[in-house]
Amino acid sequence: MGYQFEFADVFAYWPDLLAGALHTLVLSGLAMAIGMVVAVLGALGKTSGPRWLQWFLDGYIEAIRNTPFLIQIFMIYFGLPAAGIRLSSDTAALLALVVNVGAYGIEIIRAGIESISKGQIEAGKSLGLRPLQIFRFIILKPAIQAIYPSLTSQFILLMLNSSVCSAIAASELTAAAGDIQSRTFRSFEVYFIVTCMYFAMSVLFWGAFAAIERIWLRKPSLR
Amino acid sequence: MRVLSEGDILFIVTAVRWTLLLSMAAFIGGGIGGLVVALARTAEFKWLRFLALGYIKIFQGTPLLMQLFLAFFVPGIFGIDIDPWGAAAVGLSLHASAFLGEIWRGSIEVVPRGQSEAARALGLTYVPRMFLIIIPQAFRIAIPPTIGFLVQLIKGTSLASIIGFVEITRAAQIINNATFRPFTIFALVALVYFLICWPLSAYSKIMERRLTVASR
Repeated sequence: MGYQFEFADVFAYWPDLLAGALHTLVLSGLAMAIGMVVAVLGALGKTSGPRWLQWFLDGYIEAIRNTPFLIQIFMIYFGLPAAGIRLSSDTAALLALVVNVGAYGIEIIRAGIESISKGQIEAGKSLGLRPLQIFRFIILKPAIQAIYPSLTSQFILLMLNSSVCSAIAASELTAAAGDIQSRTFRSFEVYFIVTCMYFAMSVLFWGAFAAIERIWLRKPSLR
Repeated sequence: MRVLSEGDILFIVTAVRWTLLLSMAAFIGGGIGGLVVALARTAEFKWLRFLALGYIKIFQGTPLLMQLFLAFFVPGIFGIDIDPWGAAAVGLSLHASAFLGEIWRGSIEVVPRGQSEAARALGLTYVPRMFLIIIPQAFRIAIPPTIGFLVQLIKGTSLASIIGFVEITRAAQIINNATFRPFTIFALVALVYFLICWPLSAYSKIMERRLTVASR
């Protein structure tokens, strides 16, 4: 093996790597927050909206789930200007992520809404709980418990997926890696370090989400 | 800049064969690797289960794009020349191995324990026990999520365009650079992906519903 590893060349750019990671976190966090608003509205529309809205939402969900994210981002960044809407690469990246996570989110939230049975609410009423108590203990908490696992793994998927935004040169970690690679020509070293950074972020979120679940969302034991 | 011609459209649409070929290569490679990972995850030895878990977590915790970049650059360290096609096929196969391994582990574990114990009591060794008793029963349960993952994999092949493999997404980019009709071109490509993925998604959903009804 005659290859000389030069990790130092890449580590010299550590401020760029750190800024890239931060951008990735901000981009994913923002996209998740806005995407959840879309998802909640969409789920309400799908469960109790008019027929035409349900069809429209079905079309949206199927279109997003059955096409690659890379094509979606190209449509928004390169395709929308044809309709007179010109976005910066960062805005286009955010919009593409929101549109994407919104479609997956609708199905998750809808499953959460449908997981609560009417009988539970009636039981709460007959126990003499006040409406606010019913909402808090019988609707909200079980619904969050039901969707929490898929919602949190959706966030990690979103964060990893955001690396595709480098294709339109949005500022995030993978684009920062591309930048450093073109300056140092240490392709393997750059992408190895950046992969480790993504993995560290995933592990961090896995741990944090599991801890939150243990502390606040513990299901009452059935025994 | 030139006009978008019928030949250009034909070039893009026929490039779908590379998308399909890459998907197939990755699905076959991932199928073999996934079986190994699933068996390791359900093995009797703790270290083997742990090793497989580590493999799965690494692929679930890093972007597919990074996995493809590394598949492209790592062979160079060992002095092996790899073209974008090879890197994409290997990278996507390793990726699919992890995800299919985790899906199939779940399917294997759903098979009631008594089946394995009965096979053991009849004196069956590991290989016939797994391949004649457990896996045939796990197979049915595994179909819907496996097809669901196949859709993810087909969509994932679009990232091979970033490491320079000319499948349908890269073909579209090439034509777009010459003709600059992004809306038409990428909408066309989206439609092609949709026509491939949507029937698979629908089939997976129907199969899943049928299984949940059957198990009630």
